Amino acid sequence: MIKNTRKHPAAIDLDRRTFLKGAALGAAAMALPPADADAGFLESFFQKHFREMSDEEIKKVIDRLEKDYSKQFSKEVKVKATKPMENVVFGYGLDIGRCIGCRKCVQACVEENNQSRDPQIQWISVLKMKKGAKMADFQTADKYYQPEQVPEPGYFYLPVQCQQCEDPPCVKVCPTKATWKEKDGIVVIDYNWCIGCRYCMAACPYGARRFNWGTPNVPAEQLNPNTHYLGNRPRPKGSVEKCTFCIQRTREGRYPACVEACPVGARKFGNLADPNSEIRKAMEHFRVFRLKEDLNTKPQFFYFFGVKSNRAEGGK
Amino acid sequence: MKKMKAVFFTLLAATALSVFLIQSGVQAQPQAEQVAKQQPKQTAAKPLVHAPDTVTPAPKMAFFPCSQCHSAMPVNKKERALTFHTEITLKHMPTGWCYSCHDEKNRDKLKLANGDLIDYNDSALLCGQCHGASLKEWQDGVHGKRTGMWNGKKVYENCLSCHDQHQPAFKAIKPMPAPERPEKIIYKKKK
Amino acid sequence: MTTALINFFKDITNIFKGGPKYYMLMGILGAILAVGLGAYYLQVDRGLIITAMRDQVAWGFYIANFTFLVGVAAAAVLLVIPAYLYKFKPIKEVVLFGEIMAVTAIIMCLLFIMVDVGRPLFVWHMLPVIGTINFPASLLGWDFFVLNGYLAVNLAALGYALFCYSQGKPYSLKILLPIVIFSIPMAFSIHTVTAFLYGAVKARPFWNVSILGPRFLASAFCSGPALMLLVFQALRKYEKVDIEDKAIFKISEIITYALGINLFFLFVEIFTDFYSHTLNGASMHYLFFGIDGKTNLVPFIWTAVVLNLAAFAIMLTPKYRYNYKTLNIALVMMIIGVYIEKGMGLVIPGQTPDPLGEIYEYMPTTPEMLISIAIWALGAMIFIALTKFALPKIKAAKNFDH
Repeated sequence: MIKNTRKHPAAIDLDRRTFLKGAALGAAAMALPPADADAGFLESFFQKHFREMSDEEIKKVIDRLEKDYSKQFSKEVKVKATKPMENVVFGYGLDIGRCIGCRKCVQACVEENNQSRDPQIQWISVLKMKKGAKMADFQTADKYYQPEQVPEPGYFYLPVQCQQCEDPPCVKVCPTKATWKEKDGIVVIDYNWCIGCRYCMAACPYGARRFNWGTPNVPAEQLNPNTHYLGNRPRPKGSVEKCTFCIQRTREGRYPACVEACPVGARKFGNLADPNSEIRKAMEHFRVFRLKEDLNTKPQFFYFFGVKSNRAEGGK
Repeated sequence: MKKMKAVFFTLLAATALSVFLIQSGVQAQPQAEQVAKQQPKQTAAKPLVHAPDTVTPAPKMAFFPCSQCHSAMPVNKKERALTFHTEITLKHMPTGWCYSCHDEKNRDKLKLANGDLIDYNDSALLCGQCHGASLKEWQDGVHGKRTGMWNGKKVYENCLSCHDQHQPAFKAIKPMPAPERPEKIIYKKKK
Repeated sequence: MTTALINFFKDITNIFKGGPKYYMLMGILGAILAVGLGAYYLQVDRGLIITAMRDQVAWGFYIANFTFLVGVAAAAVLLVIPAYLYKFKPIKEVVLFGEIMAVTAIIMCLLFIMVDVGRPLFVWHMLPVIGTINFPASLLGWDFFVLNGYLAVNLAALGYALFCYSQGKPYSLKILLPIVIFSIPMAFSIHTVTAFLYGAVKARPFWNVSILGPRFLASAFCSGPALMLLVFQALRKYEKVDIEDKAIFKISEIITYALGINLFFLFVEIFTDFYSHTLNGASMHYLFFGIDGKTNLVPFIWTAVVLNLAAFAIMLTPKYRYNYKTLNIALVMMIIGVYIEKGMGLVIPGQTPDPLGEIYEYMPTTPEMLISIAIWALGAMIFIALTKFALPKIKAAKNFDH
């Protein structure tokens, strides 16, 4: 394995000075906090698991985070910890007959949820798939399509994000219980409790989880200051994140950002426990299916074909 | 062949229409033409959307009310290249012309196939004459776009928010940039 | 008690004694370690972005090494079984070296996990009581217990035997035997649990196969003891440790069977995937033939297959197995073969193509490799230090009969 290494673009130039510095500081690095840690370091180091904290403790943590973030981004950042609503289980519907693959949802998601711009993190992957190809064979899919215009003739599009499984494999494998399923069906992560082992990423059948390989970077002027502790607050380097159905919006009754951004209305959202909700109506109207049903993860994310095909010009 | 096609589509439209009319409780007439010949009624149909706290945005119209100009103009039913509304290209049904949907006398109203006149704000009813299933789906919230609150006040985007009534097929658009390939995600020094 | 402890630890100075060659060796290992620490500093500072791991392939070279090393840790138990269950005396005398190797391998395993996690400072979240270990749901929780348990058992057996030696008396089998016997199921469990770590992942059909556990055990019984046989010969040559040929040949015989079984399991897997030709076979196809011209792993896996087959052929022939020259060639071939097959050859194709069909060709970066090599260097240093510490006691113990 060692000899035949091709040069990876991430193989940064390691000059000798780095090494001398490194050799001296290496040992310290293992024991000491990173250089950018501030006085609140000890507090955050000993911070308890979100679910083990009392409401008062959560409030204290949130106060600290709000102060930290506000300082870091030089503007007022709100962190909420809105609890799940009673008798609400969120469900999502996506009409792949209509999706035109424009990635407006991706863009809206990045902006709403403060995903790192560089290194780039995007929670939604839109797959371009050939009509008539094996649907279960994702190898025929292309995530990096960049034509002049979408939809392209002969293709359909399949956006994939966290499926908020009823039986989530990621939750099962997490060694620290840092990710769990909330009462309203949202699978959340306590970014402060995650150790970054990435077992959940190996376990997710939908490739929905993202890791902060480097320090996440969101320009202050683009930061969405309305955040939720389990959602779109700024994340630390080395932790895992993913779609939360826009927990900061949906727990207050609003639609997720991707639903509102979709120009063709292909995205449906609502309360599965309410027979009159849009998602329940969609399930009645259309033949819905879920991704990789054979794995029995029971996603709360349903796909359906609302029309025979995307009818955009060129999409015929 | 072309004629056959036209007949077929007319029949199809008539079927869809009658289904819709039965559904909405209006007495269906055996012949669509007969319906059109009846005296126009001024009553609008049932409210479009029953849910409380909903808003349907009004269509954006540059020259409303239309009667400003049209009341002084003679009615010209001939299919022709328009000299004024040049932005309009009709690419919708296989047959039909302005007066399939616009009322020739009352320019500020739309005309249903049964002769009922409706407000421009209720244009969904007009679309629903042929696209009955879509109208129902739209009323249920499974067709079209909604914004606002999933459990409260929301905006139901109209048919016309997304479809151009005169050429309803979606225009292809430029997609947002593709994600970065994993090879391109590398450490960069902070500015 | 104090004198006993002093007696026990007095050989610690032995670590710093040795000829120029010894100092040179330790110096080189130390230098490699320092370079790796530098790379690790960089990784802590910039994040795991300096590795080639990405969302598509979230586990890489570190976890591959971890997986291989869990196998190496089996070395000890392969000595324990013939020595204590079958009372094979020549091996009994070298069991302690096997335990030193097991201890070293487990420490290296834990280090590879530590360098792999994104937030190493917070690993305490995984501890029982003070953290919130997800036991029994998470197989990583299980791995935490069995790896540390195996480490503790081996340290206990090693510590107890050496302590007795330092008192100038043989160990009591009444105390040692239960510990040693307990280490047998523990050794099996570290492999099974580590195999289940992968096998539990239904998202990755390449891992989610029931043969994985048996395959882990079989390959562990090849690579670990093979490495140990080479070490034995080095000890015999440089430290004048008395190790009988009989012990070495007995172990090499066991290795041969294990290698044969390992090859058979691999064949079974290849057959099932290629014959049934379902979409789940994509990873296997990527590994052996590449997909769409993406063939990074292909030369490696074929090298591994050829090396393992050749090693098996050599070992199967008694004439060559009893010849140190050919035996050692076979052992080296086998170690490299298993290292590829069970390291990168298991971890990477499991994630390629990723669950959404994307193929990202992972190949470790320089810093990633430097950190891994440094852990190997540190492992070598730990092994040498422990051996240096134990040697005088073990040699002294030759004077009295157990």
